[in-house]
Amino acid sequence: MNKILLIINREYLTRVRKKSFIIMTLLSPLIFAGMIVVPGWLNTQKDTKEKIIAIEDMTGLYQDVFENTDYIKYQYQHKKEAIEKKEALQKGFEALLVINSNLLQNPSDVQLISEGQITMNVQNNIKHQLNTYLRNEKLSSYKIDGLDEKIKEVNNLRVDLQTIRLDEDGKEKQSSAMFAMIIGMVSALLIYMFMLMYGTQVMRGVIEEKTNRIVEVMISSVKPFQLMMGKIIGIGLVALTQFGLWVILTLAVIFTLQNFVFNPEPQQIQQTMEMAQNNQISQASQTQEAAAKFNEVMTIIEDANIAGIIALFLFYFIGGYLIYSALFAAIGSAIDNETETQQFVMPILLPLILSIYVAMAAFNNPHGDIAFWFSVIPFTSPVVMMSRIPFDVPTWELVLSMAILACSFLILTWFAGRVYRTGILMYGKKVSYKEIWKWFIQAGK
Amino acid sequence: MDLLQANGVVKKYANHLALDHVDITIPEKQITGLLGPNGAGKTTFIRIINHITMPDEGTILFKGKPLNASDIYHIGYLPEERGLYKKMKVGEQALYLAQLKGLSKRDAYQKLKYWFEKFEIGAWWNKKVEELSKGMQQKVQFIVTVLHEPELLIFDEPFSGFDPINANLLKQEILALKEKGATIIFSTHNMSSVEEICDNICLINKAKTILKGNIDDLKQQFKNNEVAIEFNGDPAAFRNKLNGNYIIKELIEQHHKHTAKIQLKTDKNINNLISLLINDFQISGINEILPKMDEVFIKAVETSNSNQ
Repeated sequence: MNKILLIINREYLTRVRKKSFIIMTLLSPLIFAGMIVVPGWLNTQKDTKEKIIAIEDMTGLYQDVFENTDYIKYQYQHKKEAIEKKEALQKGFEALLVINSNLLQNPSDVQLISEGQITMNVQNNIKHQLNTYLRNEKLSSYKIDGLDEKIKEVNNLRVDLQTIRLDEDGKEKQSSAMFAMIIGMVSALLIYMFMLMYGTQVMRGVIEEKTNRIVEVMISSVKPFQLMMGKIIGIGLVALTQFGLWVILTLAVIFTLQNFVFNPEPQQIQQTMEMAQNNQISQASQTQEAAAKFNEVMTIIEDANIAGIIALFLFYFIGGYLIYSALFAAIGSAIDNETETQQFVMPILLPLILSIYVAMAAFNNPHGDIAFWFSVIPFTSPVVMMSRIPFDVPTWELVLSMAILACSFLILTWFAGRVYRTGILMYGKKVSYKEIWKWFIQAGK
Repeated sequence: MDLLQANGVVKKYANHLALDHVDITIPEKQITGLLGPNGAGKTTFIRIINHITMPDEGTILFKGKPLNASDIYHIGYLPEERGLYKKMKVGEQALYLAQLKGLSKRDAYQKLKYWFEKFEIGAWWNKKVEELSKGMQQKVQFIVTVLHEPELLIFDEPFSGFDPINANLLKQEILALKEKGATIIFSTHNMSSVEEICDNICLINKAKTILKGNIDDLKQQFKNNEVAIEFNGDPAAFRNKLNGNYIIKELIEQHHKHTAKIQLKTDKNINNLISLLINDFQISGINEILPKMDEVFIKAVETSNSNQ
């Protein structure tokens, strides 16, 4: 037992001390944090440049329609100083809005002329202001009593769909599909990434020992199985270390960026998402709503049994890593150098890649047959199950999937250990699947 | 007393028989050469001693008791195909391998210091293995093999990769280890080094032991009854004198002296030859020609191959 600790220790330390590991561990959180913070930041930065839109109103009906916003200013051109289009743009106007006739009768007779591409923001603002005005005009043309009041009432109507999940004991829980999807997607992708990255590291480590010819020295002191498990566990701990550091550092970077660099409103991130969903809402109510939503999300996070999700994540993370790294170790033992890996690695990569596709599909239908079966099959279950977990998987499915994963870990490690034992001492042989099977059988004798 | 005793060891692989009822004894505190053509089964046998593979049949006794996994602490093995972790520092690696052999970190450190000074390689402690030349790596590997002071040492081609000076240094160390009481199994194809350091040999061919025993005894056993004789006188007369009773295999003249290689017939011995020649020729030297180990090797293997 002491020996396996020594091996784990070596495998761990030599990797953690590598420059590439340190750089990767320190730089990636900056990238992750950037991916989270920058969209929010960009959102606060947009349209800070003041844009002036010239309006040429041929009809004279829309003289007081357009209100200036913070960054978009409207400037009416009176008929007598009506200018040529070219000229207007050269005068420093962002664009020229030309209204040719009564828009109630002829709604498409309005043009926005510019030299460059007009941003969606400006277009939306113009459309929004015109639409509101025209709708009110139309309504008032019906000559209804107390119309203004009614219009206000109508405008204030807004559906905010509350999604409620019922607990087993009937308690209501607020849920957010969006949030669930993000959790599911992130954890599925992380598991996929780590299984691939660190599984192949196990394989490379085994090949390294084989090509360095140190393996014979090693196994005169330790059992092949100890050597294999020591390597797998050591590298697994490196993966966990990297993962832990990523989480901590990413959070630290986000916190720092938000508080000291960009200093946006605290709900910035949440706001970004909300705005993507409904950018019709006016700025003021949006901020309010975002604040409310933010609080809501916080309660959802608290409700979502975060501890449970983290525990399951770690289980599937470790379980998935262990079965794949056992297979990768067996492959590494069977071949002499990395160029030969291709034919054996492909069949292992296929279920891994497939699992990421199924996980994507599971977001749309987390309780379908496909999602179920793939979250039970051990080769795909770590990724697929993690994508389903935020959608409340039935307990028996979870237990089944975890039990199968644990069993297949034992079986695969046993299998890999037997192949490994023979494989590491074989040199210069062109290895086939048949050969590997023979080793497996023979190791039992 | 025998440190290691293998009785009827059989090891089968899928397509061939690697060891076929092999009996080998390794006498204590001596150096035994484990010899044999490529693919004869030497490495398989060594791996069985090291508990790397298990025999299908037969028993192995280590110090009189069946060999078990904990005995590997008393065995040091320098494989023919050897290597180190290239990216690891020399000292760190030596400590690691020593600890895997059961030494505590502190003991390992102290012993390493002694050996590193002895081999004058203390300056390499913090160098990465890949910065070392092949010969230097071999030295480190040798140290790691003997560090835990095992009772049984197995060297598989220990001199490969060494220049003559370092090979000699290594040979002295191996002999010194024997003096200190270690039992050594020495596997090589280099017969002159067998002659220099081995007490016994064990020859394996095609999965079977075909020859074993003390080197001097074996040489006697394989001698061809040949004698080299130096004399002054007429070579033609010499031929005449011996004609019929002895076979002259070679007769050369060198620095006014003649040297003849003579094969005695089975009913004759050196004394008969001397008394025949002593009155007519001035004999300046005579000695029995014993076979070289490579002759023994070739002869034994050829005989065993033709017997099949």
